[in-house]
Formats: sequence, structure tokens, C-alpha cells
Amino acid sequence: MFNRIWVLFIARNKEFYRDRSSFLWNIIFPMFIIIGFSFMFSSNDNAQYKAAVFHKYDNKPVMTEIRDQYIGLKSTKFIEFIDYQNLDAALEKLNHHRVDIVIAPETGVYWVNRTSPKSYMAERLLIAAGAGSSDLNGFKKETVNGSEVKYIEWLFPGIIAMNMMFSALFGVGFVVVRYRKNGVLKRFACTPLKPHEFLIAQIISRLFVILSTTIFVFIVISLLFDIKCRGSYLSLLTVFVLGVFSIISMGLVIASRTSSEEFANGIMNLITWPMMFLSEVWFSLEGSNDWILYGTKLFPLTYVVDGMRKIMNDGASLADIKINLIVLAAMSIVFTAVGSLLFNWSKE
Amino acid sequence: MDKILEIIDLKKHYPGVKAVDGVTFSIEKGTCFGLLGPNGAGKTTSIEIIEGIKKPTSGTILYKGRKPESAFYSSIGIQFQNTELPQFLTVKETLDLFRKFYHHKADLDYLIELCQLDDILKRDNRKISGGQKQRLLLAMALANDPEIIFLDEPTTGLDPQARRHLWEIVQKIKSEKKTVILTTHYMDEAQILSDTVAIMDHGKIIAMDSPQKLLKEYCSMSSIVLRDFYDRDLLTDSEYEVFETEEGVEIQTSDINKCLQYLIERKIDLSGATIRSQNLEDLFLYLTGSQLRS
Ligand SMILES: Nc1ncnc2c1ncn2[C@@H]1O[C@H](COP(=O)(O)OP(=O)(O)O)[C@@H](O)[C@H]1O
Ligand SMILES: [Mg+2]
Repeated sequence: MFNRIWVLFIARNKEFYRDRSSFLWNIIFPMFIIIGFSFMFSSNDNAQYKAAVFHKYDNKPVMTEIRDQYIGLKSTKFIEFIDYQNLDAALEKLNHHRVDIVIAPETGVYWVNRTSPKSYMAERLLIAAGAGSSDLNGFKKETVNGSEVKYIEWLFPGIIAMNMMFSALFGVGFVVVRYRKNGVLKRFACTPLKPHEFLIAQIISRLFVILSTTIFVFIVISLLFDIKCRGSYLSLLTVFVLGVFSIISMGLVIASRTSSEEFANGIMNLITWPMMFLSEVWFSLEGSNDWILYGTKLFPLTYVVDGMRKIMNDGASLADIKINLIVLAAMSIVFTAVGSLLFNWSKE
Repeated sequence: MDKILEIIDLKKHYPGVKAVDGVTFSIEKGTCFGLLGPNGAGKTTSIEIIEGIKKPTSGTILYKGRKPESAFYSSIGIQFQNTELPQFLTVKETLDLFRKFYHHKADLDYLIELCQLDDILKRDNRKISGGQKQRLLLAMALANDPEIIFLDEPTTGLDPQARRHLWEIVQKIKSEKKTVILTTHYMDEAQILSDTVAIMDHGKIIAMDSPQKLLKEYCSMSSIVLRDFYDRDLLTDSEYEVFETEEGVEIQTSDINKCLQYLIERKIDLSGATIRSQNLEDLFLYLTGSQLRS
């Protein structure tokens, strides 16, 4: 049994490395995105800004100039205001790029994150909003203290995880469907090869491929952009590998029966697009609708991205992200079980 | 003789189609059994049921007198009609991969030599010709050194030289006392390779015997083919069997002189006519009224 899995594993790896286009895609795509983004943020962008507003009601009445400036800012387009009752929580969000500026209108203080281009732009907007009033800035500037997380450090785990998602889902799904369509699976079926042996070989081969390409990309990008991992690499590897498992097994469920590449492609797109935008890969969903926040909890990618960020940005340990690990493990088990139960060698 | 396989009243019905409709035959050890029939006759369905890939609607299959068990499934080798090869692997890697699935393996060098894969061992599967692909698929079917080999239309779509090449390999396999079950829609292939030919149409076997006997029994006549002659009505009241074929009109007769005389009397233009002795293709025409290949 192990022998059969092994030879299939080797064969599958060879196929991957010889398939130049998909091999290069797996390496170049994430680099391209990270490098592209670092350029985009070194200039300007028209993204939305999020301002956390910290209200302290028991305070003295606001100075008029501050109030005017605040009202001016509030009428600016592209800024979303989210109320917070707890200053520490708001600053924490600022530190992690979930909001771009924290404003306390009652006390006339605002906080920015010095490493964040978006935070800088939000500050400009606040200052601009005060330009019409008589005096200088009524607001006092503060910066968040502690080790600030650079925007690129926040984005990086998301991009790595997203790339992994595409590679895991499409890489495994397509191969299985293509092999079913052109009869290679039918040929496998009349050898002593068992379905679970075939599936295990597919999973570990993809895992191996994803790990090797990701580690390469990770090292290159870390060196280029001086990205720090504050937690242990072993923890990072653990949550990443669990994530790969859960998404590959999801791909195996999709590919368990169909022999239509178009159908599989459609389903996988239907899954990857929402995951890409609703798993906080690109932007935080802070202050979104409840049902969106609830929906993100269904995606394995959410737990991978969140877990990786906590380890890399905050130095979290595995115990700190045990929920993520449990959910990912559970998803892997369920998907693998369903995928192998549904699996069929031949076309219907 | 030793009957290695017996198929008794095998049926496979799909909604609206009786793909296999009561087929009975037996195969002796070390012989080649040929299923000859046009597309859609039910050849693939029949052998895939025997291979255990499809479930029959009804019928019995006996392997050495008993219901087939795992010993049977591990002692057969299969070449499917339409299968692709794994992409991005070389010929040698593919063959080796399939060999390694089995406990009991054929010798790699032996397979390479038998199927003449020496020159293309390092070539990518996607870059080999049709004939080379069929030879590799055949080598894969032999990877477990099987006792019974199923070949489903192994030479369909190949040029005459590549077909002859493959026949040589099948002859060698036969000479090693292996049992071969072959489907084809080429009369010459069935005639050259098979010890027993079963002619199949619409899910039924319509004639079965050794090629020699079939020819002697049914094909003692001659065929006169009139090229580009489509006016069959001119011949309707004749005593001869007249068929329309792709080439024109075919008249089957046991007395050529008399028949030619008859045609001359009818003032039929014989300038494009050919006369030949009959083969299994004419037998199929005679039995079903339609051509084997159409
Ligand atoms: N899965 C199926 N569902 C419905 N009809 C089928 C199926 N497989 C084969 N058939 C029908 O059964 C008949 C015999 O097919 P097949 O055994 O492939 O013929 P052959 O191999 O002689 O060309 C054909 O009419 C074909 O359309
Ligand atoms: Mg067929």
C-alpha cells in the first residue's frame, strides 16, 4: 500500500514540475502581488479609510474648533466611522491595520499608525478637514506604541494563504477531473490501487508541492521586504499545513464525481472568489454586516489567514489560536471523509 | 480442452438499448477469442462486464468453472478502447508506475522488448504516435504478467504498418500460451489473430466459429462489386443476393460465369467491376444486410 502511494506521489510531483506554466504560476503569482502592492502603497491609493471613533461620554464638552474639524472629517467621502467604547481595543485594531486612524473627538486626540500608508492618508484628511477653521489643528497627534505591524507584514500572510488556496483547490481538483474524463482513472481502477491510496497520494503530493513553493516565496519576500515573524516558524507551519489539508480535501469533494472540467471550474470559482474577498486577505471586514462576518466563519481560509497573522504579527502561540486549529482539523476530517465516500473512478 | 472462461446468457440493458442481449460463449486456455462487429454492437460492454468494470443485467461468468474472485481480477490485463496516458510522464515512467502497482510484475526489460518501446523510453507521453501509444497501453496491460489479456479495438485508427506491428506483438503474446480476448471491427484483424471469431451485431452473436470454418461454411462464394453503380432496381428480380455498399453494389454468387453472363444480358456496364473471393466482411453483409464499417 505505501509502495503504491509512494510511486504515485513521485509520479504526481514529476508531473507538476514538468508542467512549467502551473509551476511558474505558483511561484510568480504571489511575488507579483506582494511587489505590486508595495509599489501601489508607496504612492497613493483611493481605497476606503476606516476611522475608529472613541467616545468618552463623561468628559467635558468639546472645544468648538475640534468639533468643527471632526464634523468636517465626518462629511468626507470614503471614510467609514466605527464607534468603539474601549480605547485599547481601538488602538489594537489600528496596530493591525483593521482601522486606519483612531479619533477621540471629546478629548481632541487622534492616533495614527506610522507604518501604514492608509493611516497617513487618513491623517491628511483629518488635517484637511480642519483647514477651513480659524485656528491650527485642534487635534493632538499620538502614534500607537509598541512594535507596529507594517502594512506589508499584515498583507503578506493573507497573500501566501490565498495563493495556497488556489494551488490546493485547483491543483488537486483539476487533475482528478481531467484524469477521470480521459480515462486514466478508469485505467487505475483496474489495478490493485485503492481509492484511498490514490487520494492520499494526491493530497501529500500537493502538500509537498505547495510547501516547497511557498517556503521559497516566503524566504524571498521576507528578505526583500524585511518581514518579521514574531511567533515560531513551527507554529506557522502547523496552521499552514492544516489549512492546506482542509482546502485540498475540499477540492477532493468537488472533484469526487464529475468528469466535466467546466463544471468543476465553475464550482471552484464559486468558492474561491468569496473566500478571497471575505477571508480578510486584502482588507479587514471590521464594521461589516453581521451576516458577512458570520459567513466568513464558514471559510477555512479565514482561519488560516487569521492564524498566520496572529503568529507572524503578534507572536501568538499555538495555544492562542487553538480555535483556528480545531476548526481546520475538523474541516479536513469532514471533507476527506465526504470526498472519499463520494469518490468514483469512472464517469457516471 | 480447458475452458478458462465461460459466458452464459449475458445481458446488459440500458434504458432504450439492449447493449448486450443474451450472449453465450466460452474461451479455451491459451487461445485468442475475437469479437468482431460494427460500432455499437456491444463488444466493449460485453468485455467490460467480464473484466468486472460493469455489472450485467443478468447472466453468468465462470472463470475456470467458478465465479470470478480476486484471483481472477489480479490475473487479467486490460487495454481499454479510449484511454489517455498520464501527462508529463515519459513512456518508461508510465510503464514503471503501472508495474509498481502490482505484487506480481512482469519484467520491465521484457515488456520493453516485447512492445518495442526501446526508442521512445524517454519520450513524453504526449509526444508519441498513435501506434506507439497503443504499444505502450499494451505493455501496461501486460504489467502484471497476466494470464488473460483483454484488448478492446487495439488497432482502431492506426495506419496499416502500425497495425501489422501490433499484430506481431499479439502473436508473440499468444505464443506464450496466454489467453487473449480481442474486439475489433476489422475483418482481417479478427481473421489473422483469432482462433475463434464471434460476429456480433445489436448485442447478439450472429455467427461463431474458427475463421477457417466460417470462411469455408459461409464464404465459399465470390463477390462481384460494381463500382459507382447505384441502380439496384435493375437487379431486383435476379436470383442473386445484392447489397448496396459504400463502393457501389455487391453481388454474391457461387457461380461467377453464370452471374457475369446474366449481367451482360442485362446490358450492365462491367468496365468498373471487380471480382474477389469472399471474406468475413461479406459474411457480415450477408448476415445483417449492412456493412461492418460504415
Ligand atoms: N453507459 C451507457 N448508457 C447507455 N447506453 C450505452 C452505455 N454504454 C453503451 N451504451 C450503448 O450500448 C451499445 C453498445 O455499446 P458498446 O458496447 O460500446 O459497442 P461497441 O464497443 O461494440 O462499439 C451502444 O448502442 C451504446 O450506445
Ligand atoms: Mg467499443
